[in-house]
Amino acid sequence: MRADPASQQMGWVPAPQQGWVAPHIASEFPGLGVAWVEVDAKPGRSPEPVRRRLRDLSDRTYGSQAIRLRERPIPWAYRVFFRQIGLDPDRTRTPVEQLTLDRLHDGGFRSNGMPRDALSIAIVETGVALRAFDAEQVEGRLCIRDSAPGESLAGMPGEMEKGTLVIADDSQPLGLLFGPTAEGVAVERGSRRLAVAAVQVKGVPQIAVEEALWMAGSTLEAA
Amino acid sequence: MDGRLDSGGGLTTISGMPALLRQDEFSGLGVAVDEREARLQLRTQIAKLETELAGLFGEAFGHTEVPHRVEALTAQPRVLDLGELEAVRDRLADRVAEARRALVERRRVEDDNRELVERMLATPADYKWVRVSREDLGLHGCGHWHSRPRLGPIGMLMGWWRVKISSGCPLAGRLAAVDR
Repeated sequence: MRADPASQQMGWVPAPQQGWVAPHIASEFPGLGVAWVEVDAKPGRSPEPVRRRLRDLSDRTYGSQAIRLRERPIPWAYRVFFRQIGLDPDRTRTPVEQLTLDRLHDGGFRSNGMPRDALSIAIVETGVALRAFDAEQVEGRLCIRDSAPGESLAGMPGEMEKGTLVIADDSQPLGLLFGPTAEGVAVERGSRRLAVAAVQVKGVPQIAVEEALWMAGSTLEAA
Repeated sequence: MDGRLDSGGGLTTISGMPALLRQDEFSGLGVAVDEREARLQLRTQIAKLETELAGLFGEAFGHTEVPHRVEALTAQPRVLDLGELEAVRDRLADRVAEARRALVERRRVEDDNRELVERMLATPADYKWVRVSREDLGLHGCGHWHSRPRLGPIGMLMGWWRVKISSGCPLAGRLAAVDR
């Protein structure tokens, strides 16, 4: 999908695309959604402006904020969703909580190169859960659905339990929802075009999702 | 038995009861079963309990540890059934109750310590060598109240007791000087 002129004027290049949620999953989880942007970007060392931004972000993130994080609306919404899908958010951390804890543990947000740094900046700034795929391996639109009987995740041993929630494209599951990414669709050294996907849950406003995608996308494009 | 005792002690016949126990006969009774609606209700309850637990966790942090962990029901994310959602809801409710109890208990201890400090300040000689830290009162910082004699052994013999209030956390510069 190409950005329309209006969105180009607003600086929304590339424009976010809306994925779909399997109807029976959507009826169970109103507000669940997936959106993504595709960006021409190569993985590699982050440029100095991105590393400087990580340092600035480290200076603005304190222990007290980490404690109160779970009371803020967006991180709270992800915690609730984790509970609702059977995960323990104190073991399988929500993306923003994991990054905040890493920041406290390491004394700062460490640079892990692109695209991880771009995602980290957007996740910490907005609280929205983001992940990246190799766009050239993604076929069609992204979706959230449950796994079919006998379906497995590439690179993971065994079949997935029936009903496991996954992010998928038109042909295969790309990864567990808030879990590992399938082999072959993860961002590798040779990736040239990236798909940055945001998982929206009930309580996360659309504007926050768009902001997160824009932030990650524009950071990747600028690099 | 197809009946039960009512509140007056008489037997009330519930002709549908055996059928109620068999879910597949719900439709025959004209009772609509909407499990999805029940699951949505449970998810709403889980959200409310998570809000409450998050608030209690934040409130208790630095004062006392509150139980807040609810173990995962599954290793991989999936749509939970009614029973599993009930289990999550019940465990969360337990954690909230336990956290609330722990906080109440901690507040009671802090109130007792506050009263103790007031009594120490009023009559230091009655609380010889008693030491209460700011942490015991739920306050931040490193200070403490310490009932000790004025002028050391002389004060001890003369009964000149006073409560000394420490000046707080040592400065970083002073700690560095100690290292040297």
